[in-house]
Amino acid sequence: MEVGLLYSRIRPDEKLLLTELRERGHEVHKVDVRQATFGLDAPPEPLGECDVVLDRCMATSRSRYASRFVEHYDLPVVNSPETAKVCSDKVETTLALSEAGVPTPETTVAFTTESALEAIESFGYPCVLKPVVGSWGRLMAKLESRSAAEAVLEHKETLGHYEHSVFYVQQFVDKPGRDLRVLTVDGEPVAAMSRSSDHWLTNAAAGADTESFDLPAEVEQLAREASAAVGGGLLGVDLMELDGDGADDEYTVHEVNHTVEFKALNAAVDMDVAATVVDWLEAKVAAEEAGNEATPAEVQP
Amino acid sequence: MTAANCVTCGDSVALPEDVEVGEIVDCGSCGTELEVLGVDPAELAEAPELAEDWGE
Repeated sequence: MEVGLLYSRIRPDEKLLLTELRERGHEVHKVDVRQATFGLDAPPEPLGECDVVLDRCMATSRSRYASRFVEHYDLPVVNSPETAKVCSDKVETTLALSEAGVPTPETTVAFTTESALEAIESFGYPCVLKPVVGSWGRLMAKLESRSAAEAVLEHKETLGHYEHSVFYVQQFVDKPGRDLRVLTVDGEPVAAMSRSSDHWLTNAAAGADTESFDLPAEVEQLAREASAAVGGGLLGVDLMELDGDGADDEYTVHEVNHTVEFKALNAAVDMDVAATVVDWLEAKVAAEEAGNEATPAEVQP
Repeated sequence: MTAANCVTCGDSVALPEDVEVGEIVDCGSCGTELEVLGVDPAELAEAPELAEDWGE
């Protein structure tokens, strides 16, 4: 198959995918979205020839618009722009999870520092203030006092970008020193790891220790439901255990990542994550081709 | 093994055989993050600064 890969940086994750795709004889067309332009009539060359386009843009803004254009050109794109839109914005993610009945941390959104402070005081301390767009644990604040909250809110207001005045306040989950990352393909969990740290942030990008994690059936089901809630595709579903000692059966989904990085997962688990992703892509393209070859009569119920 | 000069300190930076355009390498001498702009011939540039909306 011919695969388009939208990127602005080739991370180890993209390199794993590129290697796997090429070793299987697939032709990969890398498109640097910093150089490409996206008009209304035709895709940037050579995307038009591709059987599927992988959105691997590291910048959320580029990911959202570029994937939307690829869909506009009627080309299959992973992930869909709808999924990108939901996953790239924490407010959208929280609402989608809540609407689907997927447990997610209690969250309040406010639009002024005054109302945000009221929301923070309602949660009590500690609670968490997150940027609505962002990743790798950056600009996350665990608020332990009113004076700290006032300072962080003032800083956010001063940062300038309007998104920093969308105050996303969330309950602090006293997790057992770790959270869980589940990689899903169209809802099916394929690999999982725990990410442990003494710090309250347990992102692998922030240096957390990663370890393969055997998924309880309940977590598998939550990962499926979280994937469905945001539109499916190739996703990283992040969950926390609720009771703080890791022995409870209750979980909450706090994030779903749509340009999921899997380098750390690949190193933690006893499987080839890139190969599994490419297996899924091949099946997806084959199904798409089979659907296109079917006559209208064949696809009618 | 391919090599190119660091755009900051000028020292030679060895690139892996399977290096990709768009990949980031570190200069072993000065630590600058470098983006691979070309592989044949090898060409490096200072990598872009981290932007707020980067991530997964």
